[in-house]
Order: sequence, then structure tokens, then C-alpha cells
Amino acid sequence: MSTARDEILGRIRTALRDVTETDPARDVPVAWQYGRATDIADVLGLFVERVEDYRAVVERVPVADVPEAVVRHLRDTGATTVVLPVGIEAAWRAAVEASGLEVLSDEPALSHDELNRVDAVVTAAAVGIAETGTFVLDHRPDQGRRALTLVPDRHVCVVRADQVVTDVPEAVGRLAASVAEGLPLTWVSGPSATSDIELNRVEGVHGPRTLHVLVAV
Amino acid sequence: MTTTNLGMPTRVRLTPAPPEGALIDSPPFPQAAIRELGKDTQRANLRHATHTIRTKRQRVVAELDHWQDLRSAGEAVKNRVARHLDTWLVQLEENLTRAGSTVHWARDAEEANRIIIDLIRATGSDEVVKVKSMATQEIDLNEALEGAGIAAWETDLAELIVQLGHDRPSHILVPAIHRNRTEVRDIFLEEMGRYGTPPPEGLDDDPGRLANAARTHLRDKFLRARVAVSGANFAVAETGSLVVVESEGNGRMCLTLPQTLISVVGIEKVVPTFADLEVFLQLLPRSSTAERMNPYTTIWTGPTPGDGTQDVHVVLVDNGRTRALADPSGRAALRCIRCSACLNICPVFEKVGGHAYGSVYPGPIGAILNPQLRGVESAVDRSLPFASTLCGACDDVCPVKIPISDILVQQRHRIVEAKKAEAGRKPHLESVLMKGGGWLMGDARRLALMQRAANVFGLVGGRAIGHIGNWPVPGLSRWLRARNVPMPPTASFRAQFDKTSDKTRGGQR
Ligand code: SF4
Repeated sequence: MSTARDEILGRIRTALRDVTETDPARDVPVAWQYGRATDIADVLGLFVERVEDYRAVVERVPVADVPEAVVRHLRDTGATTVVLPVGIEAAWRAAVEASGLEVLSDEPALSHDELNRVDAVVTAAAVGIAETGTFVLDHRPDQGRRALTLVPDRHVCVVRADQVVTDVPEAVGRLAASVAEGLPLTWVSGPSATSDIELNRVEGVHGPRTLHVLVAV
Repeated sequence: MTTTNLGMPTRVRLTPAPPEGALIDSPPFPQAAIRELGKDTQRANLRHATHTIRTKRQRVVAELDHWQDLRSAGEAVKNRVARHLDTWLVQLEENLTRAGSTVHWARDAEEANRIIIDLIRATGSDEVVKVKSMATQEIDLNEALEGAGIAAWETDLAELIVQLGHDRPSHILVPAIHRNRTEVRDIFLEEMGRYGTPPPEGLDDDPGRLANAARTHLRDKFLRARVAVSGANFAVAETGSLVVVESEGNGRMCLTLPQTLISVVGIEKVVPTFADLEVFLQLLPRSSTAERMNPYTTIWTGPTPGDGTQDVHVVLVDNGRTRALADPSGRAALRCIRCSACLNICPVFEKVGGHAYGSVYPGPIGAILNPQLRGVESAVDRSLPFASTLCGACDDVCPVKIPISDILVQQRHRIVEAKKAEAGRKPHLESVLMKGGGWLMGDARRLALMQRAANVFGLVGGRAIGHIGNWPVPGLSRWLRARNVPMPPTASFRAQFDKTSDKTRGGQR
């Protein structure tokens, strides 16, 4: 008896008897230029505008002021406890630790329940996308494992200006290396939301309901 | 192992019971349509929701100058996939395995369910949290799990509404589109407490507070779950990555918090390269929820040490897809990325809703896909290709340019042929009509002309031909008679659409 795998592959080959060209690229050309930047005059400006469109709080901050801004935004969200990824910038960590907020470490990893009692998380990002108002996490040590930016209800994310690209194709190009390393990716466009009731978008389901994005310029 | 204790009276159900009976035994579309047309609240809900989303989609698609190029790219990539599917699947399997995922293959629904049940049993868990997935609905996984003593908790808000409401999904993106906020509140108040954390006292019908009630209800389930079941929007052959596109974060919860993740993936979901995602991650959100980007997309490449699910399985499911693939002209339906734009734009879907289609795939895509996946043996599958006015609106919005109307017409021919071939059966009315009306059905454009002509007659002829139902349109007339729809006095939907949507249209009808 053949295995399911062999049988399915066999069915496919039978179904495709009419396809005689064996080279997929020659058989079906794709007239699309991959990885192209979109023509956008003010990339950072558009990024800020598009992230705000999702009702996230966005602020442009000079790099030197980021530690202070992180603390200020944490306070604005009403958080009293905050978890910091292991590899977060030392200056941000120092500022948060000096602020009087209760800081938890994820080393050793917090349990689900412990994480569920934490108010907020601060992370860096991997890529920002202007056209869609998205930031992407590849979960390196300055962003933490995926659960850190999921279970706590408030997320303050710092995106560096040089991480912001025009559009999805450029972003996919930049993220290819992370995927090749086997890193997971989380694309975030605004706070968690649903359109499931009457197809109207309302913010706030399971992911962080409060999202602050700092653009470090 | 067995899943046959399903429905035994002695067993206490773990999850809310869906309606009785199997979808495949649904009545043919015209009968079901009459039933659904009688539901006034549902019709109002559908009208409201589909009109909301149409306007938004139009706006967000118009933002991109190169939308038509994107559609062509999506079409081409998916054709490249389908025409060399074996190549990509072998590559996908290799790279999934290299990344540390375990690959399983399932010829049909039963085999898929058996694999999944065995995997869950091996973990010792008797419950799973689920990410919304069309593939798992298609194989009726929840009921198979229920029969095996495993509780499957739907975590997408709309799926939760459907599950708690003892209901069936009626839309591929928003399965509870037929429900309004007040109905949702009533379902939550009635059922939520029976299956976990109850809703807060005095819950009203504000959508934000309803979403909040779902958040609280599901939180415990997420935190304790040891196994999750998901689908995938895309599977990247080149890297062995899976992609889940979602809004609420329930997907992230399922993909991240449990130990074990089982992803059920139709074999047509494969895309060749990671770079191909740049096309689909632009096409899908704008076409489905009408957003520039959906709130969350997760892309994972096997397990990551110390981050998320560690025991990662992928079940590649055929279940009729190779049957669809074998039809060179119907093959295009496998390009579908399940965005639901064709449902939202469809004047028939808007009136009758998803339940009339007797399948987890309703609307225009369901009308062409079901007969291909399931064959044309059942009454409902035979009727589905006739569940359309061939207005062509779906062709124009489809992000991967599936020629839905053309395939509908081909399917009609096929069904007529199948009926003719059956021994001992009188020729069906349709086959006679098809002969005479073949010229009309042969091309969607001709029918559009016919409809416009009908509208003109509607204007000048007044009451004499005031109902579309009187029109001798082959095949179509049967269910239109059932509806007896008043003739639109001035412009058909399609004419309206032509006027208002130039920017988003393919223009190559
Ligand atoms: S057929 Fe096209 S429009 Fe309809 S759901 Fe599939 S991809 Fe979307």
C-alpha cells in the first residue's frame, strides 16, 4: 500500500499531465519586480501617520531622549509593572529601572501566569513599514520571545529611523535573513483589533490593547 | 482508534453542539435560499456588513496605483504553484523538516482527522485551542475531536460566536457575519458561562465590550492550553515557513503559548519563495478586511528554542484538491487566498447569506470550488454553480484574478452532462435549456447584456415584466423564480458597479 504522501504526489502528477514544461519559471513567467521600493517622499512622516491611523500613540524622539521617552510613555499607559527583554538597550533599561516602576526580567522565563500579571513590555523592533504602518519583530534579544509582546496589555515599541522602509517588498527583503536564521516574525499593525461584529473594526481583543510606538530619529 | 462514538446519546458533549446533519446533505441552493430569505434580521445584518466592507475595500485598494500589477503577480505566482505543485510540496516538506517541523500527509478529511487526534492523544491533552482555519472546518475537525473526547475551543471572535451559538459559519472571513451585536450579546449571556469564564454582569451590545468579554472568556483557555490547532494562509517552500494572517491576537496566543502546534494546511497553500509573500501580504489584507495591513501576521519556521510552541506539526491535506487540479480550466479556483472579497461584493450572497450554500465555502468561490472539491454527486453541489447571476463583480475584485463567472458557466455544463449521463433519468430541464441557451451562457458578457436589456425593459415594460424571476434565463430562472426579485428599475448591480469602481477593476472582461 502506498503512503498518503506518495499517493497525493501521484495524484498531482496525474492531474498535471497537460503541463509539459518542467521549469516552473519558464512555464509561468511572473511579471513582477521583487523587492522594489515604493516612491514615497517622506517615509518617516508616512510611517508615523499610518501607525497613528490604527489608533496607536506615536512620537518621534531624538535618539538621546529615547530612555526618558520610554519611561514617560510607560507612565502614560498607566502601567506599574513592566517586563524588559534580556537584550534591551542598556540605557533604556537603566531609565526604566530608575523610574520606580516594578521591572521584571524574563531570565529565567516567566510563566504564562506571571506574564499575564505584568502590565507592559518595552521592545525594539526589526523593521518598520511606512505604507502600511506596520512594525515587524524578529524576536532577537532586544525584542524578546513572542509571548512577551503578546500577553501584557501594553506595548511600547521603539523603531529606529533607519529601520523604516517604504513598503512591504522592501520589508520582506530585509527580513529574509531573519527567516533564514529560523527566527519567527511578528508583523504588528496597530493594537489588537477585530472586525468580527458587523464588519466594523474595534480595537482590543487578545493582543496588547494599548500600543505606543517611538520613532528614534 | 475510532471516532465513531460521535452522536452517541450517552456521551455528554464537551463543546456546544452544532446544528444536526452534515453539510453535504444540505438541500439544493434554491430551496435553501428560500429558507434563508425568510430571515429578515439576517438579511438586514448581511446588507449592512457587506456594504460597509465594500466601501472600505474600494478605498484601500484605490490607494495603490499598481493594484492591477499586484493582482497579475498574485495570479501568476499561484499558477506557477498549481502547475508544479508536486515540486513545491516536495521542497516544502524538505524545508519544514529541516526547520524541525514534523510533516504529515492526509489524502482526505478522515485521514487528516485521524492524524490530528493521534497527535493530540500523544500529548495527553483532552482539549485544544484553535485558530480560525477553513481547512479544519472543511474536514469537520471539531466534531471529530468531540467524538474522540477532545474539546476544541474556537478562539477567533466570530468563530466563538458561531460555536457558542450552536450555529454554522456563514462567511469565510467573518463566520458570524449573519449576526448583529444584539444577537452576539444574547449568545454570550446565554452560553459563555457554561463553557468557561462567564461574561461580565450587565453586558450590553457595544462591540468593544463584547470583544472584551471574549478576551476575558478565552484568557484562561489560552494560558492553560497545551495544544493548538491552526491553519495557514501560506506555506513557503523555499524556507519551510508557515504564515498566519489575523487580527485579534488569538492566533498569536495559539501559535505561541502551548507546547504543541498542529497546523492543517491545504496542499494548494504553498508559495515558492519567501519573496512571494510581498505580493500576497499586500493583496490579502486589502481584499479581506479592507485594511492596509491586518493587525497581526505570524511567520514561523519550525520551533524556536525558548520561544513559542516547541513541538510543531504540519498536516498537508488533499481532500479533493487534486481533483480540482485535474481540471485545467477549473484549476484556477485553487488560486483562492480566501480573502472573501467575492462574497462581500456578491449581490446573491448579500441576499441569501452563507448558509444557503451548504458548505464551509459559500458565495462565488464556494459555488465553483465545492463541486470541484466534493464532486457533483450531491444535490447541493449540483445546484451551486447556478447560484449566481453571472454579474461578474466577483471576477473584478478577486485579488488573484480567478475568472469565477467563466468557471461557473463551465461547471453548469459539467453538471448538465453529469445528469445526462445518469442512466434511467429523464433529461433535466436544465439540459434542454442549456442547449437552447448555450449562446447566452457561454460568456458572462452576454448575460450582462441580457441583464441590462432586462433593466431597460423593466423601465419601459412596467409591471408586465417587472420581476427578474420571469426571465427565461437557463438554470438561473429556477432559483430566481424562488426569489421573485423585483426588477431593479434603473440600473443592474453590475451597471452600478461598472460606474463606480473603475479604479479597482481589471478591465479585461
Ligand atoms: S475567489 Fe478570489 S475574491 Fe473570492 S475569496 Fe478567493 S481570492 Fe478572494
